[in-house]
This record gives sequence, structure tokens and C-alpha cells, in this order.
Amino acid sequence: MSRITSCLKNLKDSGRTALVPFVTAGDPVIDITPAIMHGLVDGGADIVELGIPFSDPEADGPVIQAASERALANHVRLLDVLEVVRVFRLTNATTPIILMGYLNSILGMGEGLFAQRAGDAGVDGVIMVNMPPEESLSLRKVLDPVGIDIIFLVAPTTSDERARKIAAAASGFVYYVSLKGITGAGHIDVESVRTNLERLRKLINLPLLVGFGIKNGTTARAVGQHADGVVMGAALVQTVAAHADAPHTIPAALTHQLKEVREALDRP
Amino acid sequence: MPVEGSNYQQPTPDGHFGQHGGRFVAETLVHALDQLSALYDELKSDPVFIRELQEDLAQYVGRPTPLYFAQRLTERLGGAQIYLKREDLNHTGAHKVNNTIGQALLAKRMGKPRVIAETGAGQHGVATATVAARLGLKCQVYMGSEDIQRQSMNVYRMKLLGADVIPVTSGSKTLKDAMNEALRDWVTNVDDTHYIIGTAAGPHPYPMMVRDFQSVIGNEARAQILQARGSLPDLLVACVGGGSNAIGLFHPFVDDVDVRMVGVEAGGRGLETGEHAAPLNAGRVGVLHGNRTYLMQDDDGQVMATHSISAGLDYPGVGPEHSYLKDIGRAEYVSVTDDEAMQGFRMLNRTEGILPALESSHAIAWVAKNAPAMSVDEVIIVNLSGRGDKDILTVAALDGITL
Repeated sequence: MSRITSCLKNLKDSGRTALVPFVTAGDPVIDITPAIMHGLVDGGADIVELGIPFSDPEADGPVIQAASERALANHVRLLDVLEVVRVFRLTNATTPIILMGYLNSILGMGEGLFAQRAGDAGVDGVIMVNMPPEESLSLRKVLDPVGIDIIFLVAPTTSDERARKIAAAASGFVYYVSLKGITGAGHIDVESVRTNLERLRKLINLPLLVGFGIKNGTTARAVGQHADGVVMGAALVQTVAAHADAPHTIPAALTHQLKEVREALDRP
Repeated sequence: MPVEGSNYQQPTPDGHFGQHGGRFVAETLVHALDQLSALYDELKSDPVFIRELQEDLAQYVGRPTPLYFAQRLTERLGGAQIYLKREDLNHTGAHKVNNTIGQALLAKRMGKPRVIAETGAGQHGVATATVAARLGLKCQVYMGSEDIQRQSMNVYRMKLLGADVIPVTSGSKTLKDAMNEALRDWVTNVDDTHYIIGTAAGPHPYPMMVRDFQSVIGNEARAQILQARGSLPDLLVACVGGGSNAIGLFHPFVDDVDVRMVGVEAGGRGLETGEHAAPLNAGRVGVLHGNRTYLMQDDDGQVMATHSISAGLDYPGVGPEHSYLKDIGRAEYVSVTDDEAMQGFRMLNRTEGILPALESSHAIAWVAKNAPAMSVDEVIIVNLSGRGDKDILTVAALDGITL
């Protein structure tokens, strides 16, 4: 059983909602990223999602675009991101790590080489925003042997037939994009999330985590009542941006911010 | 539309041209692309739709465009006989309208009241704003802030036509960033918005659909050259940025294996300087903007900044069908520099009384270099994809003149 699968199973057994924070690796500098990851775990993260900086993040809003730009200004590369994971794993062997980004980053390294290096570093899953299941066969072929899950997105516009197809290709969990839009956008419609999750549960036999529009404890709790977990990104990346001039203060600031969300989720 | 009895069957039903093409998009957009594919499949053989499209092309765009024998240019170069396919004579001044007319009719059929577009030189933006005005659709055009500066006349044209031009200040502030922003808009407003992609790139079905709409160029040229000379041409030449005018000319000739096809990329300051926009000459296969194709990228997969004197060619990717035609050796892809393109521009001004777009000047420049070595019995068709009025300020600035 993969680290992601067992993590989510344990949470489900104890009746808790998974909390999955996202930050962009190397934002604002690569040296601080391992400490940020530990800070997120201290704040209550069950899984950590690390963004791979990319020049053309076409599904991201301004906040996460800016995070990519800060990291790229410091020449952060995919190799550096994998090194961060390796360093994190030296002192944390249990928290699953997911890399999120755009397919060209992996293609740039080469799919086979990426799989080997990511496996060695201790990566547990990848989310490629612009890779639907139909285009995932060659990556799956190299990630399966090293035990890395491919996590796919489903959207409010995903048909029942497609949801079944995605479920067949996915492992670990399925990521429900709560709104039509880009990261950091808009106001989440909890009722729409509830009805869509109800529909998708009949089609997808994997945990369903919800992202896009989770800004704080209140939205996390409202969504968490219907989902197996919540993903929170832009709101945390804003905190990183606000502390970009003093990177050493970022881990504690994120711990503090995430604790509020954790408490809201765990409140009976 | 597909050529009857053609041996060439691309793309595959899921949108692949060999290893290229496909559909690399966020899940939210897949449903809209499925809908678009289904509707297009239905309409492309629907006699009512085809008649509507043909009437618009004839009555509104002014087709067919002439295939003009460039006698003085031919004499000057002293080699092959040169014919110009005059896409510059279309309404709005470029080939772009062939596609926007078709896609606007699709938007109308889908009942979508709003269209968006990306634009580089502004020609596709103008062509989109034009058809939107005519059909009463709301129109927003994304344009890099760099391009807004160098193409200010087209920006004003779009505004006159009632479109909102939205400056894009992210990334390199050019065409690729405008396309990122248009994709972000579409994923947010997919219910009421159709995205009119301007080149034969993007996720399936766009590369196929744009090719089909642009194939009117090659279909006409084929019939026109047969009428003028009684035989097919020896060589087709077109500039390639995303590659829509080139694929429009090439596609109806793909089965005519004796017809050589040359696509001319923007060599910018020279391929050796790295400051160019020639992914087919100097790129690697990657994924951007919904398709797999040759791409200008560094070894970490980051998309590189490009340079061309011509905003319309200033793009790091290329339509996936060109990548496929390169791989199978059916078409050749070359490049000419900014300076050579300017020489081509001036040569056509003075020999034929035509101001070509700087994009099209790349094709002219390659012909100027290569026609002299060809036999006088050989025939070249060059796609004169657009007119150069929009570039007057750029050219004047190069001459040190402020207008």
C-alpha cells in the first residue's frame, strides 16, 4: 500500500479529514523549502503538495504564477525540487509528498529519469495539471514500478462516463477541482461541491479531496464535511509572498496559519 | 475539409499527428473540447453549414483571393516562376479571417454569446473582433503588453470594432503569455464562452479545425495554378509561426508528393544567437498550450523567450501537424533572419508594388535567396499571408523615422 493510500486510510478510520497544503518549491528561495515543509507538518498537514516552478502555468491564478516567477528568478530546477524532497525525507519518513506541476517539466528531464530520481528522493505522487488520463500512459508506465501514484483531477464539468475513466486510471486519491477557474480564484459554492461529490462517489472508489477556493478554517470545514480531504494553496502562498524578504520567518507563519485550519477541521 | 480520397489521414480520432498533437489541458476544459469536437464533426459535412461558410467567405471576406503572377519579381530573381497567393487581399488584410469566420459560426451554433482570442501581431485579434461585431458576439482579446506597444494600430482597430483588448503583463508579455491568459479565461467562463484559437495549435480539435478552415487557401491555389499553367507547382513556400497560413496552403497538396513544401521560420537575429522563434529548426519536442510539438525550451523544460521582428511569428511552439510533416520528411522547415525578412519586404515593395506583412516577408526572403538557383520552368507558389500596413511604424522606426 502506498504512503498516500495508507495515510488516507488511517485518517478515514479515525474519522478525520485530510489537510493538504500546497506551496511552490523554491519560493522564495530553495534553501528554506525543507523547513517550510516541516513547518506545514507541524501545523497539521497530512500530505504536503509541492509545486514545480514552470514558465507557463496556464491553470494558475496570479498568486501561484508569481510564486513560480520568484522561484524561477532564482533558477530553481526540477533537480533542486527533488533534492528538497530528499532532504525532507532525512527527518520525516511518513508524510506523503506530492509534486504538482505541468508535464513539460517532467518531459524536460525525461520520464524515465524523473521516475527513478523521484522514487529515490521519496516522492509519493504527482499531479500534472495539463495531463488528462488519455495522455498519461507513458508516464504511468515508468511511475508504477517505483510506486508513485498519479493523481488526476475531476471538475464540475466532468461527465459520469469520464469520471469512471479517470477513476480507472487514478491511484492514491482523486482531486476534485471545486470551481470552474484557476487557482486562487473565486468563491467556493459548498452546495455545488456537496452535490458533485455525491455524484462522483458513486463512480469513483478512491478518496476524494477538494481543492480550489479553500482559503481558511471556515471554508475548509464547510467543504471537509463532504470530502475526504481539502487542499489549500493560494492562501498559503500569499503568506510566503508576504514574508519573502525574510524567508526564515516563513515556516512559523505557515504553521500558525495552518493550525487554525486544522483546528476547524477537527472540531467535533 | 478533408480531401476526397486522400491517402493522408491525420490526425487520429483522438487528435494525434504521429507523436504530436493530442489534448493536454486541465480537466475542466475537456468537456468543452469534447462538445466542440462533436459539433465540428457534425457540421463539417452539413450542407447548410458549408453553404453558410462559403457565402461568408465569398460575400464578406472577398474570396477567392487571386493567385497573382509576380512577373517583375520573377524577372529580378531570374529563376523559377513566382506566384503569390494574395491572402493580403482578404477583408481585414490577412488569412486569419478564414478561420475566425468558421469558428464564429460554430460559436453561434453552440449558442455561446462571448468569444475570446489571443493575438500576437493583432491580425487574429482584428479578425476575431470583426466577426464578433458582425454576429453580435461579445469579444475580449488577450494581447501581450509588449505586442500592444509594437502593434498599436491593430489595438485601436480592435477597439473600434467593439472588442476589449486586455493587456497581458505576465511572463515575456508576448503571444505565448496571451495564450496562457486566454486559457485561464476559458477555464473560468467555459459555459458561455468560445475560445477562437488563431493558429493551427492548441488542444484537439483546434489544430485540425483551423487547418480545415485555412485549407481554402490551398484548395483555391491548387485549382488556380492548374487553370493558369495546366500543372501543379514545384514548390510551396509559407512563413511559419504557429503555422496556420502554411498548413492552409500545404494541406491540399500533401498527397501530391512531387510538390515540395517549405515552411520558413523566424530566424530572428540568427539561430546561433538563440534569439529567434524557430522551434522546428532549433527546438525539442515538449508540451505547451494543449499539444505536444516542437518547442523552444531549456533543458529543464522551461519555455524560452523568443525573438522575431515580426510579432506574428514570435511564438515558442508550432502547430503539431508541422512537427509531424517535419518528422515524416514531407515538408522542410528553414529560417530567415530579421534582416533578410526586411530585404524581402523591400524587394516586394519595389518590384510588385505590394507591402507584405513582416510575417509574409520571411517567405518572400527565402524565395529571393532560392528562386535564382531554380530553373525558369519551375513554379513556386508563395503564400502572401497578410499585408504590411500594420507594420509601417516598425519599418519606419528601423529607418530612423518617426511618423
